[in-house]
Amino acid sequence: MKIKISADHIRLLIPLVSLAVLLVAVFWLQPRAMSYLGLNLLFNLAVPIALATIAQMLVIAVNDLDLSIGTFVSFAACVTAVYMPSTPLLGIFILAVAIAAYAFMGMIIHLRDLPSIVVTLGMSFVWGGLAVLILPSPGGQAPVWLRSMMTAQTPIIPFAIVASLVIGIVAHLIVMKSTLGVAIRGVGGNARSVSRAGWSVLRIKVAAYALSGFFSVLAGMALVGLTTSADANIALRYTLLSIAGVILGGGEFVGGRVSPIGAVVGALTLTLAGSFLSFLRISPDWQIGAQGAVLIVVLGLRLIFSRREA
Amino acid sequence: MTIFNTALSKPWIWSWLAALATFVLTVLFTGGASTFSLGQATLTFAAFSVIVGLGQMLVITLGPGNVDLSVPATITLSGTLALKFMNTDASLILPGLLVAIGIGLGVGIANYGLIKLLRIPPIIATLSMSFLVQSLAIWSNRGLRIKPPDELSAFTTGMTLGIPNIAVVGLTLSVAIWWLLDRSIYGRWISAIGQSPFAARMAGIPVDGTRFLTYVICAVLAALCGYLLACFSGGAALNMGAEYLLMSIAVVVIGGSAVAGGNSNVPGIWGASLFMFLVVSMLNTYGFGAGIRLMLTGLIIIAVIIAASRRVSAR
Repeated sequence: MKIKISADHIRLLIPLVSLAVLLVAVFWLQPRAMSYLGLNLLFNLAVPIALATIAQMLVIAVNDLDLSIGTFVSFAACVTAVYMPSTPLLGIFILAVAIAAYAFMGMIIHLRDLPSIVVTLGMSFVWGGLAVLILPSPGGQAPVWLRSMMTAQTPIIPFAIVASLVIGIVAHLIVMKSTLGVAIRGVGGNARSVSRAGWSVLRIKVAAYALSGFFSVLAGMALVGLTTSADANIALRYTLLSIAGVILGGGEFVGGRVSPIGAVVGALTLTLAGSFLSFLRISPDWQIGAQGAVLIVVLGLRLIFSRREA
Repeated sequence: MTIFNTALSKPWIWSWLAALATFVLTVLFTGGASTFSLGQATLTFAAFSVIVGLGQMLVITLGPGNVDLSVPATITLSGTLALKFMNTDASLILPGLLVAIGIGLGVGIANYGLIKLLRIPPIIATLSMSFLVQSLAIWSNRGLRIKPPDELSAFTTGMTLGIPNIAVVGLTLSVAIWWLLDRSIYGRWISAIGQSPFAARMAGIPVDGTRFLTYVICAVLAALCGYLLACFSGGAALNMGAEYLLMSIAVVVIGGSAVAGGNSNVPGIWGASLFMFLVVSMLNTYGFGAGIRLMLTGLIIIAVIIAASRRVSAR
């Protein structure tokens, strides 16, 4: 049986293989991780990171870059921890306004033809400031339903993995299968031809930013469900992690070439890279460094494979 | 000549106007009581942003996708290791400086190695490198806070003729980079690459060598900033570089350099750096809390960018 492997498959294959290799290495170092509980612990924190990565991917798909995701997720987490338990309606309202603000930001970026890096950078101050206003010192609590959802005991397969799968599939359906998703990637590929075809590039970009904001909000809520409290700096490193996850998962900065499933796998790989090093009993000093090294190795592999293909 | 003319004509004027307006607003509020000390503090802190901003500016000039995210980690590592090496010994000040520059060279070479040899996009290459460098800094720091040699800390916090020494250093470096960018063949090369890498290659410009040099200069300037910053603040801290990631990019863009590359200017870096510090100190004097302060900083940055962008597109 001969299977034709396209470039897109190789794109997805490398992150998957990297994840598998890392997973095997972790199991080999710590066989006890090969259990329901172990896997859940390994991948628990990957759920919010995967959501944030999808959010970043949507922005990258239209050739922009979002440097405010970390502070925005922190902001969403603060809103969730402060308002959701007592006044859920107010909490939902604030988050909805925040998503609208995200869409508005996309609109400004497009209409004024502003560099997304700078606008999102400025917005990162705004979200950071709002988060500090809402929650000046670490605290708050997770609403009960969120807590029980994030710690749910799904049968056989741990929740963290089920959740990652669901995130990947939903994002795949939105970005790869839906009309909107095709339009979003089309804007990244060639905005002019999309507008010649009668689409409004403005609307598509606004939709991409709004969707991105929505996934970031979900990331913030998932994070609170796991940690049970929040603070204004809780997710700052998500900005860089999400960018790395997208690229690791086979996405590219320009041209609308992104892969939602790859992005989720990329997020899982980055999370696992940290655990791998702690199982190696290397001091936590090197945890961040390990993530850097994994990134470099995986991207180096991609080069080897793409050369062979060519 | 055209590059020179555009650089002189307008793009950086907005950042200077914004800085001036903020300065006046702050002084009006304090009633002119602390004008002089505010000016000196502004010059000092702006100089640190200028030093990293200059390097980032050269990298951004190279065109879309070129940005160095390893700046904060380089600042931290060079500050940490240089102070550790000098170990408060005044006779090691110059060798310590060489250590810092060496770290910059190393990071710069490694950055471009990843970009060129592994063909990793610069954003991700410098990001992964910053993870490694940051880890190295954490590992070597070990929570120790070594003081800088007394002479060096006296120099970095001191003044010459009422002008902070750091500002003098920043100004000297700015002149050097201005010469590189506007007067030397290297400056023409990076601008040409930023405008069209393909055309630059066709024109026989050594594209790889030029890009390599640019990433190295950026890392060395960041390392230099780390060295000075650590001495200025009486010791290295692991988060000392953190704010300079956003800062270095922001001053380039607010300063009127083209984000898409190919057209940069040095005066704007100064205007934007002064402006960035003045905004924070203005909001401080007005007595806002941390949250409001951050929020207003962000909104003001965006407002300046929108104002500046209209001017550019009208051109």
